[in-house]
Amino acid sequence: MNFINQKNKLLEREKALANLKTMDQAAINQMIATLKKEHQALAYQEASEKNNDRQKNWHQLLKQNENQMSLLNQYAAVQYQRLVKSTAPKVPVLANTLRAFAVGGGICVLGQLVINYWILQGIEVKTAAGFASVTIVVLTGLLTGLGIYDEIGRFGGAGSMVPISGFANSVVSAALEFKREGMVYGIGAKIFTVAGPVILYGILASVVIGLIKFIMM
Amino acid sequence: MLNGLIQAFLVGGLICVIAQLVIDLTPFSVTPAHVLVSYVVMGAVLSGLGLYQPLVDFAGAGATIPLSGFGHTLMQGTIEAMTEKGLAGVFSGGLAASALGITVALMMGFTMAVLFNPKG
Amino acid sequence: MNNRIGKRTWQFSAPAIIASYATTAGIKENEGPLGGHFDFIFPDNLFDEASWEKAEQKLQQYALEIALEKRGVESDTIDCLLGGDLLNQIVATSFTARWAGTPYFGLYGACSTLAEGLLLAGTLLSGGFAQRTAVCTSSHHDTAERQLRFPTEMGVQRAMTAQWTVTGSGAYLLEKGQGNIGVTCGVCGKIIDNGTKNNMDMGTAMASAAVDTICAYLDDCHDLASLDYIVTGDLGHIGWEICQKMLLQRGYDVKNKLLDCGMLIYDKKQDTHAGGSGCGCSATVLGAHFLPQLTEGKLKKILLVGTGALLSPTSTQQGESIPCIAHGVVIEQLH
Repeated sequence: MNFINQKNKLLEREKALANLKTMDQAAINQMIATLKKEHQALAYQEASEKNNDRQKNWHQLLKQNENQMSLLNQYAAVQYQRLVKSTAPKVPVLANTLRAFAVGGGICVLGQLVINYWILQGIEVKTAAGFASVTIVVLTGLLTGLGIYDEIGRFGGAGSMVPISGFANSVVSAALEFKREGMVYGIGAKIFTVAGPVILYGILASVVIGLIKFIMM
Repeated sequence: MLNGLIQAFLVGGLICVIAQLVIDLTPFSVTPAHVLVSYVVMGAVLSGLGLYQPLVDFAGAGATIPLSGFGHTLMQGTIEAMTEKGLAGVFSGGLAASALGITVALMMGFTMAVLFNPKG
Repeated sequence: MNNRIGKRTWQFSAPAIIASYATTAGIKENEGPLGGHFDFIFPDNLFDEASWEKAEQKLQQYALEIALEKRGVESDTIDCLLGGDLLNQIVATSFTARWAGTPYFGLYGACSTLAEGLLLAGTLLSGGFAQRTAVCTSSHHDTAERQLRFPTEMGVQRAMTAQWTVTGSGAYLLEKGQGNIGVTCGVCGKIIDNGTKNNMDMGTAMASAAVDTICAYLDDCHDLASLDYIVTGDLGHIGWEICQKMLLQRGYDVKNKLLDCGMLIYDKKQDTHAGGSGCGCSATVLGAHFLPQLTEGKLKKILLVGTGALLSPTSTQQGESIPCIAHGVVIEQLH
């Protein structure tokens, strides 16, 4: 197998691939067959090469071959998506939006009622807001345990996902669902399936911004 | 007792609608975890830029109950601790301020898992 | 001896007789259009077991036991048990095989497993390696949800393209000899990947594989006219439409002949969105709907095309597209 020859073949095909849209299906199938045949020959060549540097060169050709193949696959995927576009079901965007608005707004109103109550009791706003969050977390936890919150979620969509109740629901539902796998690997590990990423990226964002502010101070 | 309810409803509802539109109108398969993480990060960033506090002042629970409010709490905790304790505060403030929500959620998760079985 | 028709169709030397079969299903399935046609209904999703996975295993074991009892034989007369399910490492089927105590091949073809099993069982009988084989597959809505999607108590809105995993199982005893209905030939599917990445839209992903297998069969046998129905496994409403469209492009007008198990098992009112899916989908619909009609002579010949999406949560998270397969078997009335 001649390295330069192979390289030229790949370069030539690179040019042909630029005009992919003008090629007919038979030519594309032919190209896929050639790429497959070439790939196995290149893999054999790479495997039998004893010289380390030359092995790396062959490996690069192999990767180029794979890139060309994935280009063809991507092209086929786009064609297919075009074909199936008309069969995609309509998402009831307006209804979903209204329900998300109502449920999300409703949960926030509940929170506001709790805040207002504690302010009347003479608690400062910030602490009252904390109490409101806790109230909603506890309520959601109960509703999740009773198997009700998933129905609210099915109805409210993002309206029940975005408020802190969505966070509580994902924590409780994961813990509940995996209790049968035990206390440690079940509840203990799975409780953080969603809470973990939320806490991690929340902390990451606040620390990074905090550091920037600290340097600027 | 009833003041601020309309603001909370409108702003809270709108914040949720944004996520619903992203889920419905973009081709990405957006999961709850993606939504929650984006909101926390967005809340923290807006809060860091000083843009979230005005929203909280206006809408109350409408801004603190959505998870962007959680990001705001983290950020404000970080900033407050930083002004008090300096660099160490940058690392300790966020968790300290949000400990209440996280701890209660975890306790609820554990308790519910022990008390109930998933219904399916 | 050449046991091939054309390029890809396997022709059995003698039909693999479907001597007995049984189906088990859950409440939701029984509330659908096929309600009352299942052999046994599980009253809830746990059925006195400690977990849903154990309940799924019981779904399958019950189906096998009822099929055996109908035939009046015991499990030790089975020369080979073939089957699979959707659980990690197909444990439901392996535990059923543990109970049965028979030689066993565990298969993973996702929702195509039933067709895969029937094809291989026919091959074993045809090759003379077995006198009696059993094929069983199962799926359970809640085990599939928690493994492949979200915890069941999480408040998530299901996509419009999403399908509902069937809680149910089917067991089929295939034998050498004389009988009323049997598997006569079949096509082993190829992996077809059309680049679909959305794991909430299996119908769109699997349609191409179904088309490939149906065309392979029709190109070989040219007997579209004698087929009563082409029955796909779980393409759902969306996949079914795409499949029909693509077949027309390939020159096969199957308009009134293409049915889909995922569309038959649930009513549109049951809010399953795109229809049913899972190993139990084709397993229950075949036994509850098509085989009785074949036995009664209302149907003569059907092509069952089990469709499977061979993805994993890991492959999805790593951004891979969905490799799909479809196996076809022809089931005929023999007299």
